[in-house]
Amino acid sequence: MVNFFSLVTEFLQQLLNGLSLGAIYALIALGYTMVYGVLRFINFAHSDVFMVGAFIGYYFGKIVPVGTLWGGLLVLAGAMLGCALLGMLIERLVYRSLRPAPTLNVLITAIGVSLLLEYSGQLVFGAAPRTFPAIFPSANFHLGELTISSNQLFVIGVSIILMVFLQFVVFRTKIGTAMRAVSLNPKAAQLVGVNIDIVISFTFALGSALAGAGGILYALNYPSIDPLMGVMPGLKAFVAAILGGIGNIPGAALGGLLLGTVETFVGGSQWSTYKDAIAFAVLIVILLFRPAGLLGKFTVEKV
Amino acid sequence: MKFLRPFFLVAFASTALAADPIKVGEYASLTGKEASFGQSSHKGLVLAFEEINAAGGVLGQPFELLTEDNQTKPGESATAAKKLIARDKVIALLGEVSSGRSLEAAPIAQANKIPMIAPAATNPKVTQTGSYIFRVCFIDPFQGTVMAKFAKDDLHAKRVAILSSVSNAYSVGLAKYFRETFVASGGEVVAEKNFSEGDKDFRAQLTAVKAENAEAVFVPSYYTEAALIVRQARDLGITVPFFGGDGWEAPQLLEIGGAALDGCYYSTHFSPQNQAPVVQEFVKKFKARWNDETPDAFGALGYDSAYVLADAIKRAGTTEGPKLRAALAATRNFAGVTGITTIDANRDASKPAAILAIKDGKLSFYKTVAP
Amino acid sequence: MIPKPHLALLAALLAAFGVSYFSDHIDPYYLDVLTGIGINVILAVSLNLVNGYTGQFSLGHAGFMSVGAYLAAAVSLFLGPKLLGEDGGTAVQQGFLFFGALIVGGLSAAFAGLLVGVPSLRLKGDYLALVTLGFGEIIRVTFQNIEVLGGALGMNGIPPYTTIFWVLAFVAITVFVVTCLVNSTYGRGFLATRDDEVASEAVGLNTTRYKIVAFVVGAFFAGIAGGLYGHFKMTITPTGFDFTKSIEIVVMVILGGMGNTVGVILAAVLLTLLPEVLRPVAQYRMVIYSFLLIVLMLARPQGLFNFRWSLARKPKPSLP
Repeated sequence: MVNFFSLVTEFLQQLLNGLSLGAIYALIALGYTMVYGVLRFINFAHSDVFMVGAFIGYYFGKIVPVGTLWGGLLVLAGAMLGCALLGMLIERLVYRSLRPAPTLNVLITAIGVSLLLEYSGQLVFGAAPRTFPAIFPSANFHLGELTISSNQLFVIGVSIILMVFLQFVVFRTKIGTAMRAVSLNPKAAQLVGVNIDIVISFTFALGSALAGAGGILYALNYPSIDPLMGVMPGLKAFVAAILGGIGNIPGAALGGLLLGTVETFVGGSQWSTYKDAIAFAVLIVILLFRPAGLLGKFTVEKV
Repeated sequence: MKFLRPFFLVAFASTALAADPIKVGEYASLTGKEASFGQSSHKGLVLAFEEINAAGGVLGQPFELLTEDNQTKPGESATAAKKLIARDKVIALLGEVSSGRSLEAAPIAQANKIPMIAPAATNPKVTQTGSYIFRVCFIDPFQGTVMAKFAKDDLHAKRVAILSSVSNAYSVGLAKYFRETFVASGGEVVAEKNFSEGDKDFRAQLTAVKAENAEAVFVPSYYTEAALIVRQARDLGITVPFFGGDGWEAPQLLEIGGAALDGCYYSTHFSPQNQAPVVQEFVKKFKARWNDETPDAFGALGYDSAYVLADAIKRAGTTEGPKLRAALAATRNFAGVTGITTIDANRDASKPAAILAIKDGKLSFYKTVAP
Repeated sequence: MIPKPHLALLAALLAAFGVSYFSDHIDPYYLDVLTGIGINVILAVSLNLVNGYTGQFSLGHAGFMSVGAYLAAAVSLFLGPKLLGEDGGTAVQQGFLFFGALIVGGLSAAFAGLLVGVPSLRLKGDYLALVTLGFGEIIRVTFQNIEVLGGALGMNGIPPYTTIFWVLAFVAITVFVVTCLVNSTYGRGFLATRDDEVASEAVGLNTTRYKIVAFVVGAFFAGIAGGLYGHFKMTITPTGFDFTKSIEIVVMVILGGMGNTVGVILAAVLLTLLPEVLRPVAQYRMVIYSFLLIVLMLARPQGLFNFRWSLARKPKPSLP
């Protein structure tokens, strides 16, 4: 019997599901948007840093007692640190020497790094999915007919904390100001004494740490991890970043939440088989009609 | 990290001295997403051929098993089949567990008049490819009927929801056959939702299913998604039983699904707890050969497919394509570890299904359903 | 007098015929590898027109290939029995049917190219790359949902009409068309569009038209390659034409040097042979691929085989 109350409940439940999924997209999208803002290129390898974060969590989770709060937080911190280092390493080894090259070359290289991480991952970890340990104590809360899992709340909570932290760093700290300066005009920033190399490294570290956190949170909710797990979420998070306005931090968050919610509602409807295509359709529509995204400014292509 | 050499040139070929080995090709998913399936069937095949060779081979010749890994990738099975047939000149092809990948290689075997035996591909289309394609397991129309009856008689469910994978031949087929039988017997499919292979989040679909108040949910997909689906369902507060088909059969199912799977069921081809002496013998031999690992349905079917092939070669008296094909088609009442195999006019086997229940994180044998 | 390129094409077609005449004496495995090489060459050369010569970075080429593959297979499977009759028809009739199927595939892919090209025109660089990627994925999901074309299972039992003659003939035709197009006076427009779009517009070149033509022609040949592929493997599935396949083709173009047809052909040959050679270590193949890609972009971004054989200019020097 479909009555009004159950419709509302279903709607609210899907909304919650969507926000939880969207929060993860938002975390990954933040990394894309920051790197694009500072370096003007799409770091394809970002989605694979996300995957590495999940695997770091997997191995780390084995030595930490299962199901405790502090143990889980330790794993989260460890994954974020590991990914930050990985991000800085990739930047230093690969992207730095390509800074003067045309964007297309860097894009192709980024694809190469992404593929390298994925296939090396398959080699090292094996392509078969692994079960992610339940590193946090989990419980389910019921609000009438609504069910909220503690993991979902955790995802939303951690994402909010991290995004607030990011806003703080970008707008209230010296290095954040330096980042904004570099994204506005790299040469002028250098002229006023900003050390570009350090700023870029820091940006990568920050973005990658967020991706690592995203990886852990994703694996918490969907405990089956494999080396190719980052491909789809990465693409969707990228669409989310563009949706919100690439280079715009609150935009990435908004884009992620919106995309996650829309995708969830489509998934629960009769067109669920087109769920994946939604993200790409959104991408095309946005790029055609409002390339600056929802919150972005329209930048004029200099002649 | 095990480094599997794709070429498993079985050393025991040398024991037959001057006799030419009979070359048999195997293509399987030894690595990749569904490595569990491929490795299982591979182990069954190797064990069988080792036993046959130890007993002197067939027609006085030993078997040589040439294995190609398709890495669970689409398109690779076709290439592997071509290579085995054209380059290695195998006289028969054994593979695969997945219907989709079997369908890739089948046309090639058919065009080259090389008999192919699929150990565990259950979609009817596989043998419909041509007269040289066989299988030693039951097909999805049967499996769908079994589970439909199970839902009605054992779970006493009149309202069932179906959650299937749209990008998987097996899943699409099995869902269809289940639906047909279930509806025909008076049941109602209250919701039918889809997902794609590799999806991790099913909450959207599950929430919609929950709203329809189904009494049971049928999930005809592979273990990778099934385990996650049941977990998320429990998280959402859905407590009704979930059940599925032989795609659930893998050790990782329980690993990923955990306690959420209690009270769930699935149909498969074989149960190691079956007390029949031939089954227990096989379980013992398998464990001894493969590091105390308990065989699953795919290991058992791999084992049987090898023996069916050997039996057909013996009856045909030759390994020549058309004669071997005729002998395979004439297989009657072959007693194997997965039951009695009789190849019917469609080159399918009519075999019983075993329904397994999951309780306290362990698999237990529930019942057998004869065709 | 018949112009040199046309003579070359005629010679190539004759050679194709010759090879196929002796094909019975060649090991079928090598024949298969050669067929695979041919299909990849068509894909790479057609993508080169879009990426290399016109500077439009397309990451969705596999999508056009799939359109061609599906539609050609549909013609063979659905129209074939009606046109050829129960017994399958003579070899000549089959040949005509196959040619027709391929052309249908190519034209449908060209149409898809038009649909993709027109909206993508105002985008540049990475945005364009992503939109084409998105289109490629949308095409894949769409095919996955069309039941009459097999849905998720794809289509199988496609008659194996692809012979070495067809493959080599179309390789010759593709190379001929692309090379003549680019080396013609009209074709200079492609290179101009790539090198400096603003300046081209300023001298009155309709860059929009060039971009669309590049997409459409590139897509047409990708569709042909797809049709050949479908009738070669006898089975096609939606997942076989995903993003990974597009990347494989892109790697060939980059390895060969964007805008260098000979280089791209060599790269296609190399990258088709490599997996076969590396078959014993197949699991390392993609790792080596991606590593190669990175090293290449770092050390020799103009491509391995770019010895300035083509008339294409070097990529524009970047800002200091």
